[in-house]
Amino acid sequence: MQKYSGFGLLKHALSYHENWQRAWRNPKPKKKYDVVIVGGGGHGLATAYYLAKEHKITNIAVIEKGYLGGGNTARNTTIVRSNYLWDEAAHLYEHAMKLWEGLSQDLNYNVMFSQRGVLNLGHTLQDMRDIERRVNANRLNGIDGEVLDAKQVSEIVPIMDCSDNTRYPVMGASWQPRAGVARHDAVAWGFARAADQLGVDLIQQCEVIDILTEDGAAIGVETKQHGTIHADRIGCVVAGNSSVLAKMAGFKLPLESHPLQALVSEPIKPILDTVVMSNHVHGYVSQSDKGDLVIGAGIDGYTGYGQRGSYPTIEHTIQAIVELFPIFSRVRMNRQWGGIVDTCPDACPIISDTPVENLFFNCGWGTGGFKATPGSGNVFAATLAKGEAHELAKPFSMFRFHDGSLIDEHGAAGVAH
Amino acid sequence: MFLIYCPHCEEHREEEEFHAKGQAHIARPLDPDNCTDEEWAQFLYFRDNPRGLHHELWVHASGCRKFFNITRDTQSYEIKETYKVGEQPGVTAAKSA
Amino acid sequence: MTSSNHVQPNRLQNGGRIDRSQPVTFEYNNKTYPGFVGDTLASAMLANGIDVVGRSFKYSRPRGIIAAGADEPNAVLQLGATEATQVPNVRATQQELFHGLVAKSTNGWPSTDNDLMSYVGKVGGRMMPPGFYYKTFMYPQSLWDTYEGFIRKAAGLGRSPVENDPDIYDQINHHCDVMVVGAGPAGLSAALAAARTGARVILADEQAEFGGMLLHSDELIDGQPAQQWVSRVVGELVGLENVTLLPRSTVNGYHDHNFLTIHERRTDHLGDLAPKGQVRQRMHRVRAAWVVLASGAIERPLVYANNDVPGCMLASAVSTYIKRYAVVPGNQLVLMTTNDQGYQAALDWHDAGRKVVAIVDTRAEPTGACVLEAQRRGIELIKGSAVIEAKGSKRVNGVSVAAINASGERVTGNIRSLFCDTLASAGGWSPAVHLSCHTGSRPEWREDVQAFVPGKTVQKQLTAGAINGSYRLSACLEEGVRQGVLAAANAGFGQQSDDIVEIPSVDGEVEQTAPMALFHVPHTKPTSRAPKQFVDYQTDVTAAGIELATREGFESIEHVKRYTAMGFGTDQGKLGNINGMAIAAKSMNKSIPETGTTIFRPNYTPITFGAIAGRNCGELFDPKRYSAMHRWHVENGAKFEDVGQWKRPWYFPKPGESMQDALNRECLATRESVGILDASTLGKIDIQGKDAREFLGRVYTNAWAKLGVGKCRYGLMCGEDGMVFDDGVTACLAENHFVMTTTTGGAARVLEWLELYHQTEWPELEVYFNTVTDQWSTLTISGPNSRKLLSELTDDIDLSGDNFKFMDWREGTVAGVPARVFRISFTGELSFEVNVQSNYGMQVWEKVFEAGKKYNLTPYGTETMHILRAEKGFIIAGQDTDGSVTPMDLGMGWCVANNKPFSYIGKRGMAREDCVKPNRKQLVGLKTKDPQKVIPEGSQAVADPNQPIPMTMLGHVTSSYYSACLGHSIAMGFVRGGLDKMGESVYYPQADGSVIEAEICSPIFLDPKGERQNV
Repeated sequence: MQKYSGFGLLKHALSYHENWQRAWRNPKPKKKYDVVIVGGGGHGLATAYYLAKEHKITNIAVIEKGYLGGGNTARNTTIVRSNYLWDEAAHLYEHAMKLWEGLSQDLNYNVMFSQRGVLNLGHTLQDMRDIERRVNANRLNGIDGEVLDAKQVSEIVPIMDCSDNTRYPVMGASWQPRAGVARHDAVAWGFARAADQLGVDLIQQCEVIDILTEDGAAIGVETKQHGTIHADRIGCVVAGNSSVLAKMAGFKLPLESHPLQALVSEPIKPILDTVVMSNHVHGYVSQSDKGDLVIGAGIDGYTGYGQRGSYPTIEHTIQAIVELFPIFSRVRMNRQWGGIVDTCPDACPIISDTPVENLFFNCGWGTGGFKATPGSGNVFAATLAKGEAHELAKPFSMFRFHDGSLIDEHGAAGVAH
Repeated sequence: MFLIYCPHCEEHREEEEFHAKGQAHIARPLDPDNCTDEEWAQFLYFRDNPRGLHHELWVHASGCRKFFNITRDTQSYEIKETYKVGEQPGVTAAKSA
Repeated sequence: MTSSNHVQPNRLQNGGRIDRSQPVTFEYNNKTYPGFVGDTLASAMLANGIDVVGRSFKYSRPRGIIAAGADEPNAVLQLGATEATQVPNVRATQQELFHGLVAKSTNGWPSTDNDLMSYVGKVGGRMMPPGFYYKTFMYPQSLWDTYEGFIRKAAGLGRSPVENDPDIYDQINHHCDVMVVGAGPAGLSAALAAARTGARVILADEQAEFGGMLLHSDELIDGQPAQQWVSRVVGELVGLENVTLLPRSTVNGYHDHNFLTIHERRTDHLGDLAPKGQVRQRMHRVRAAWVVLASGAIERPLVYANNDVPGCMLASAVSTYIKRYAVVPGNQLVLMTTNDQGYQAALDWHDAGRKVVAIVDTRAEPTGACVLEAQRRGIELIKGSAVIEAKGSKRVNGVSVAAINASGERVTGNIRSLFCDTLASAGGWSPAVHLSCHTGSRPEWREDVQAFVPGKTVQKQLTAGAINGSYRLSACLEEGVRQGVLAAANAGFGQQSDDIVEIPSVDGEVEQTAPMALFHVPHTKPTSRAPKQFVDYQTDVTAAGIELATREGFESIEHVKRYTAMGFGTDQGKLGNINGMAIAAKSMNKSIPETGTTIFRPNYTPITFGAIAGRNCGELFDPKRYSAMHRWHVENGAKFEDVGQWKRPWYFPKPGESMQDALNRECLATRESVGILDASTLGKIDIQGKDAREFLGRVYTNAWAKLGVGKCRYGLMCGEDGMVFDDGVTACLAENHFVMTTTTGGAARVLEWLELYHQTEWPELEVYFNTVTDQWSTLTISGPNSRKLLSELTDDIDLSGDNFKFMDWREGTVAGVPARVFRISFTGELSFEVNVQSNYGMQVWEKVFEAGKKYNLTPYGTETMHILRAEKGFIIAGQDTDGSVTPMDLGMGWCVANNKPFSYIGKRGMAREDCVKPNRKQLVGLKTKDPQKVIPEGSQAVADPNQPIPMTMLGHVTSSYYSACLGHSIAMGFVRGGLDKMGESVYYPQADGSVIEAEICSPIFLDPKGERQNV
């Protein structure tokens, strides 16, 4: 195996970088695998990696209709945090956070996880009550965080308008220092390379067009490009398209797929070294290592698979950013894009068995999937390996919608629900 | 941004006047008390969420306040028709297939 | 200003469209230079012989101006004479020159001309292939922060101002029949053709002048110079009322259903000199029936070794600078071209009186008319060859030319060196398909023009001219006319067959011969070992980098883009993307269409945040709603709380009072005498119809069948999931007439909820809803003296306890105006809510105060209201509920009528398995062990304060106050199974390490029997 390091880079520089090995193979699919994972995004690749690494199941294929990491992994604003309200969600996201810390070394791939802290702003008394409640819960769950007042917020982000002159003045914030951002593409590529090295077959440009069942159990998938691929177990991790796959297997999910838009400014010199999020005025922003302001918008209200949303959503977001940061008024927006997010009624994911035996789904991450990538893959791998939910995944069964045991994270999940 | 024909106002108006309200034609069970939890969940949460033709409920929130239905392609975002609550769609996946 | 007299070494004595009568000066990197009105900053810089305009971001290589328009990747400057007017990342090629313009380059230390980082770039460049940062900086883990610090130092181009923007921006909405994008020959003819049908036409172009490439063309249209044809057409369009012309306006986004966003720069050409109060930039939001895209094409540079040395330029840009700006950007030119059009740059250069060293044509046997033109001028033509490498560092000082094979894949001849200071390259044209892709349409490769053209779309869109790969002027004019006519006809104007516009003739147009497809000029060394061959200048992506990416398995074009950062610059790869895709395709032995293209997304060029935000910031960020009595509150020193869009009085401190002092005073005054609250913001919905009562029974959890006229009732509203989402009092005004109150924040949602159920589920019920929130002012007069006070203001309402009972309402006159008075209480005191028409609100409020003086009538705000209701254990929906609690969880089973015949909304939901299980979190009262200690709201309860983390949390405190009336703190909160744990202790660990102990109790702290309100 080719290990990445500064020394390796120097060695390759001397040979004009002509001898770098492929980051992953481009294999022909086999007829049958122990596990087929549908969806080669961050979560699917992480699932494959942990299945191979922790559960020693290496006869795995990840089947991706486009290119690896080309869905929401490539389209988010890269924020990583774990300050969720309810125990179930907090434990799951904190599990992910712990994996983030050390992920670059584990994968031997620098995912540029940068723990520069996240501020969740409060603009009303009720916002502040909710922040107190969430930070208290986080603290007792062992998750870092504190409640800041407006003055403390302004000390962390002096360029933000924390005065009383704004329409909804900043009253305070929750602050999670261990939170931050990561380089989104690198996460997919790092997991892909590490999984490939453990023997996982990554099959790109291969679209699943049917899920094959026998006596109520899944036995494989039908693909457009490579015909039938059999599997003992199938895990679907296809954010945005989960309902489409569920329909192939004959059931519905409690999901709606919505456009979620984001945008970046032109690169400017470093001016913002933390992540600022506001649910109330609907906008969040950080600055990438390249210098772009990376800005997230709210979800559009309609169902949409077009990877684009409506312009007023962008307008509202920019208004919020300029309201918070008046000095950015003359900075320019470079590019916008959209992802498709599966939204769940309780703003929490589904990591679950399904009405079809041997078929499992990991979906419904809504606006918050990226931050969970390693944790999601890790618990889904355990779920697929054992055929029953990992302890942390248990509360996230799709059947919670039957008995009503929802985990309502709308307050903590993010923007504009 | 969509341009939506309100079947009540009988004119095209900007999307900003409307709100999407999810899948259309989901009838409230007539006898909720005799539904199982699962049946109730199907009514409450589980959705078609199709990639392609979709019948969805919208409300002309900043206009006439009327709810109505839209048949729309969720991929191309083309609106095929709008029609009043209580009416059936003229364009369906079965018909266009 | 001595420098204004300085010679501009590269300025021609004659020609160009600059205004020589208006000389100006500008400052670049602290030196003053002369120029003219009509220049761009780039043309003025070139006129003054400025070679280095920036440093590349990864390798710190000196960079010069390459292009003349939106495609420029290098001349990206910081603009602005003052801190507040700084603009980062302005493309010098698109910035019109104005007197006093101040520009700076953005990278390089100590200066852009002499950048020490370039040594690092030279030495370390080889250590920085694509993705190098993914492969290193990992060990040790603890050092990543330090590594990242270095990486971030290199980030960015320009800088954000640190002062607030003094300028204003706005937005304007348009509807039009035909939107024409681009005012070159195709766009102008399309606009004219459409306009003559009477269709409403908008024509937008990013440049200050309409005409596009015609502004620097020698061609004749209808026998006259092209510029005259432009003037004539523009002249006619200006005179038409149905036409809106938008120069300096870039159509940046093409959104669904033919919605386009146009960014107009109204004063940027005046810069810091713009008159105050003018709108700097404006966003046009256009809904077009039909769109004609005539956005032209962008020339591709050729990719050869050291193709980024200043002096390497696009051939078309060279022509533009010479013909339009009278600037020859050098002295000795070598032109390399793959096509006939490229020759024009050399011809123009020669005609401007400067030396063309040679034309290097990559084709083996070029035969076009252009060859004759070059020969006629005595220019040396080197055929079947390419410039494989440029020499020089801060300016080209020579080139290496060698013969190449017919497919352009390898060098076949000896190297010949030529001396020159400018190397123009012409690699063919890429249609500007960007807008056509914004709504998800994929461009299609056309082999005959070797380019991507717009693909199938569901938008009502037509295309004309170079965007279709039609590069001949006659074709552009013809397509423009035809598409303009068609667009208008599609929109219902004119007849498609009408001869509305005669297609202009182009005199002496010559046939172009076939171009050569060449995306990567070979070198004698393999790509990996040759000097850097740049594909994307701004992101420092090289041909070797792209080949490396594919070698490492990044085979999707999206992977190539993401791994190398190709196309991620502020120019979004306008110059480099097609070359890059072709290089990636070749290295994988695939065709370009097989490899495909990346997707273009808005914006075409960057847009100022301020312009997108428009006026919707600050005061206008979100509407503020005020009650009719707001002025009184302001005058009486109220502190305000934002509740939804409302500004509600929070409390009324007197001079010197702390917040707690004020609250104590307000609470005591109300309990002891009388207080008054402005409750106008509560949502009020008028409900009428013969089935109104039935409807209420279905949407509230409790019973409404027997509520008599003149009576009020409190109700809880749940979702279908059985979770409480709003509450309020509804009064029966008449048998078929009710008025419902809602929470302040929930009013709109509740109204929509009622409409939803009425319109979609129960249309057979005859019931009508309307919001009357703004129509009524509500004065809540509360306290033992409220009856006495009110009795002084009314003589037609019998206020006696026997005749006006608790939960009754009466109609009558208060303070001389018609009023509805509700005897309801949210404080537990004797209380009257007086509702008058909003226009009377202030008058009545003031009269109440006049009469109330002797009772020490005390105004109170939301905070005191919260305390008084908490003393009584009343919930506030949204504070004591969070969408996850049923009425039973709130201990409000009394408000649920499960024997109603209709299965009301929420009934089935709250009967689900998880909702009826024992030991749910339930709302209880909390008494702190230390009665003076107020538990912070949001504190989490645990049973064992010594449990190690993670602790088992039982629920949180929702409401918590110091009660001056009771002399101790009070709180409400959720505790798991709390209703069965009365008298038990729970513990609230605090952030500072302390623990607050509290006893679970009834949430009704004051007057549990309700004696105070029943007097």
